[in-house]
Amino acid sequence: MSETQAQMSMNENDGNKLVYKTNGLNLWYGENHALKDIQLHVVENEVTAIIGPSGCGKSTYIKTLNRMIELIPGVKTTGEILYRGRNILDKTYPVEELRTKVGMVFQKPNPFPKSIYENVVYGPRIHGIRDKKILDQIVEKSLRGAAIWDEVKDRLQTNAYGLSGGQQQRLCIARCMAIEPDVILMDEPTSALDPISTLKVEELLQELKKNFSIIIVTHNMQQAARISDKTAFFLNGEVIEFTKTSKIFSNPSDKRTEDYITGRFG
Amino acid sequence: MAIREKFEVDLKELQRKLKELGTFTNDSLIRSLKALETKDINLALEVMEEDTKANILEEEINDFAIWLIAQQQPVSIDLRRIIGVIKIATDVERIADFSVNIAKSTIRIGKEGTIGPVESIRKMHQLTLEMLELSLAAFIEEDVEKAKKVAAMDDQVDELYGQTILQYLKNHEGSPESLAETTQLSFVCRYLERAADHCTNIAESAYYLVKGRRYDLNS
Repeated sequence: MSETQAQMSMNENDGNKLVYKTNGLNLWYGENHALKDIQLHVVENEVTAIIGPSGCGKSTYIKTLNRMIELIPGVKTTGEILYRGRNILDKTYPVEELRTKVGMVFQKPNPFPKSIYENVVYGPRIHGIRDKKILDQIVEKSLRGAAIWDEVKDRLQTNAYGLSGGQQQRLCIARCMAIEPDVILMDEPTSALDPISTLKVEELLQELKKNFSIIIVTHNMQQAARISDKTAFFLNGEVIEFTKTSKIFSNPSDKRTEDYITGRFG
Repeated sequence: MAIREKFEVDLKELQRKLKELGTFTNDSLIRSLKALETKDINLALEVMEEDTKANILEEEINDFAIWLIAQQQPVSIDLRRIIGVIKIATDVERIADFSVNIAKSTIRIGKEGTIGPVESIRKMHQLTLEMLELSLAAFIEEDVEKAKKVAAMDDQVDELYGQTILQYLKNHEGSPESLAETTQLSFVCRYLERAADHCTNIAESAYYLVKGRRYDLNS
């Protein structure tokens, strides 16, 4: 089976529900062809990891999934990204609606300079929730969901900047969960964290995937191996291999994947 | 550009240790049959005593392999290679044990034996030596063709095993006084046949290293 066929079969054979279907996605930054004919389907309630060297297009790809990429001037796309069956690249697709469904956690924890409580209720407030009781419930549920409730429940009104890096990142995950998204995008969410905080976030992902679909960009190969169900290897804007994580890390089909994951790339 | 240079060097060192164990075991097999042929009890005793070296080498290989896994967190072909070395070291050490078993049989037969090894034992022995060398080369050189050859040779050894045992039983008829020696020589056949099976296991490890999937070369 050729690599393209293998990739296709991974895309086609899943009986599970698909959250995203990316068909023939191309993306240019001006003249720079950054994503080339991407074919990649994301299954519901799975963790999909995206790996690849710097500049391979993995962050670009994840940013197209919530259309954050539009913020960069000179970006042009062709092809389609179906989210729950609707093409989000279609300009008539309301981006605000998309972003309530698709949350994002970034590399560096970026809490607002507000209290822990205000950080979590920020999104729900924007969506018009005013009832204090409901907001209280959202705060507890989200912080519990992000495995940080016990650490912060007695200091909800203190500034989020007083938290450690690992706590801040889990707060950002809680803030993301507060709007009850369908998908959580994570762009290297643990690269600024210490090993223990990293493991806490990884543990958390296993819990989160019961209710959310997660797409995570990571530079940490062992992390991809530990946490994800499927892994896509990007190189020079192409998906070289997309298959079960166990297959990628034990017996990848493509020599380039093997060279990258075994650290022989360059 | 080689990025993981130290790891590459360490992997080569791990394979070098495996080769060393293979060379030792090869030598031990040669000497054990020589002792049997020449009824050399002292040589048989030497083979038994020196077997400690195979055990120590196997332990060293395992310790080094475990350290490399912990240190480098290998994946894919690197991981298959290290796991392969651990498995193969066990097979090779076991073959060295069969040399000891042959040496013990030599001592039990003693100076008084009258029958001695027949030609087909020599053939089995020769085939086993070749299989050991070929299977280790298959792994180290990542050569699937060599692994397949080993499988074909194992079939020959199995056939010779059946023939040889029959021949000994036939020879034994009418000379009940040779029962003890016939039994020991039949054991030697069995040891060689088992040693050849371990070579086939090594060939399977080579196959797994290259292809990333298991293959039963015994079937």
